[in-house]
Amino acid sequence: MIPVLGQVFTAPSIDWWALAPQLILLGAALLILVVSALLAERCPAWFSGVVALVAGAGVFVSGFYLWYDIRDSGPRSIVSGALSLDGFAVLFTLLVAVAVVMTVLVADAYLEREHMDSPEFHALLLLAATGAIVMASASDLIVLFLGLESLSIGLYVMAAMQFRREEAQEAAMKYFILGAFSSAFFLYGIAMVYGSTGSTGLAHARDYLNRLDTAIVDQPWMLMLGFALLLVGLAFKVAAVPFHFWAPDVYQGSPAPVSGFMASAAKAAGFAAMLRIFFVAFGQSRTDWSPVLGVLAVVTLVVGVVMAIIQTDLKRMIAFSSIAHAGYILVGVQAGTSEGTAAALFYLFSYSLMVLGTFAVISLVQWQDGQPLDRFEGLADRRPLIGFALTVFLLGQAGVPLTSGFIAKFLVIKAAVDERTWWLAIAAMVISAAGAYIYLRVIFAIWRRPGAVDEEGGEPVAAPVVPPASGFAILGAMAFTLVVGFVPQFLIEFARDAVPVLLG
Amino acid sequence: MDVTTGWYLVLGALLFIIGGVGLLIRRNPLVMLMCVELMLNGVNLTFVAFSRRLGDIAGQTVVFFVLVVAAAEVVVGLGLIVSIMRRRPDVTADDLKLLKG
Repeated sequence: MIPVLGQVFTAPSIDWWALAPQLILLGAALLILVVSALLAERCPAWFSGVVALVAGAGVFVSGFYLWYDIRDSGPRSIVSGALSLDGFAVLFTLLVAVAVVMTVLVADAYLEREHMDSPEFHALLLLAATGAIVMASASDLIVLFLGLESLSIGLYVMAAMQFRREEAQEAAMKYFILGAFSSAFFLYGIAMVYGSTGSTGLAHARDYLNRLDTAIVDQPWMLMLGFALLLVGLAFKVAAVPFHFWAPDVYQGSPAPVSGFMASAAKAAGFAAMLRIFFVAFGQSRTDWSPVLGVLAVVTLVVGVVMAIIQTDLKRMIAFSSIAHAGYILVGVQAGTSEGTAAALFYLFSYSLMVLGTFAVISLVQWQDGQPLDRFEGLADRRPLIGFALTVFLLGQAGVPLTSGFIAKFLVIKAAVDERTWWLAIAAMVISAAGAYIYLRVIFAIWRRPGAVDEEGGEPVAAPVVPPASGFAILGAMAFTLVVGFVPQFLIEFARDAVPVLLG
Repeated sequence: MDVTTGWYLVLGALLFIIGGVGLLIRRNPLVMLMCVELMLNGVNLTFVAFSRRLGDIAGQTVVFFVLVVAAAEVVVGLGLIVSIMRRRPDVTADDLKLLKG
């Protein structure tokens, strides 16, 4: 025990088992870096990929272990209130594990084709995933900020990894500048919350709000400013309009597997932080933030769908569609109820698998000059199974029944109806009908027959080569999308059990 | 005249705003990076001032975390700028316009 400023410092007791997911990812990342640096040329090319895959699988298994652990002994706070171990954290742990495994499988062939350094890619992927898990389980704003930064800094580099392409550099630069900008806003929000509540702990902030209730708050404007700044910072991360400007450029310029990881794990981590902060800690002042999120949701939906319609590059189109999906998730978040939160979690999980699958297919049909839509013409003719999988992913994102996307949209809109925010529910329904057009346009393109001819050269477009790893990942994501569409109950219950709790 | 913590809060806010406005209007990537640093340090000053006002040490420890994060961010940012500058020596943010639509 060390006396610090008159207080006695006791090292917190740490539940190492509860930290297993983070430790596995961190350990694997360090292992990859050390081994590939020491062995240099002699390090076999498959080494880092296999380690990353094993780490992802290990996190998945440990996530299940923790899930049953929580069911038996209840949620608890670990590392003296810095992180919480609850169903919510475990759900995001599993989601990140899936995203890591999918990204590694898809990136395998991609890295080889583009002559990129695989050890660095895999190490950064694992570190970014660690940050995402920390973000989802943080119960202190500073820990959350550290998670956010580990995730973001890893992604900045991953976006730039294809350093021979100017687009990738430009995307990374834009992502970096706007990401750092939004982090600064988020941090200033933390400072405001700290200044008005006297702690960065989320449980402390909640108790403070509960205690004060409607009585005189010392500096209400400061806390409100804090809310607003935290919201701006997170809205940047999840790409909600009007803080979405980076998303299309970054998704388009980054390597396709990285874009998939951004649209799934990074977006999910942003929403995890948003739910943890607003639903759990600031739930008391729901009337203050809920209308703001509602307006944000509608604007995000409209801009996302309208902009997606006019795109000609598939990656860019999926980026705008991903913005629109952030709008649907916000509809669930703004409800501020357990149902709304569960709906948002369900949406995040099913959307992540669909978007990972979509980017997996895109990375197969990679061209030096981007992914204009006509490159995908006749895809179903040449590679029926891949064409079918892409169709399933797109139908899922459009919200067609019998896919997971339908249930997800249904749940978030139901949450809005239950809360009597009719205008929001109606807006979401109308926009989802209009939004179906953007996906149908691509589906028509890939099933159109005489598309096998390149327009400029008249040369036939070769059928994309499907490496087994990518094929496996795509089929897995497709199976998930369909199975959840037919029997959604297990995922609905999983999401319900994962509604976050906050422990002091 | 008494200099209270309120002055430091205002100074922190001013630094943050100068950094934010600078990031939006300056076109040199290096200067933009410095503006981000200015914003982060404005927040640091705010944390220290609050820490002083509340008589709570936590705010000052936060600053160390932020310093480390800022250093990591600069490393990545400089790396990106160098790799872009190597290709196009006199690049400004306005030249980064390949991606559009």
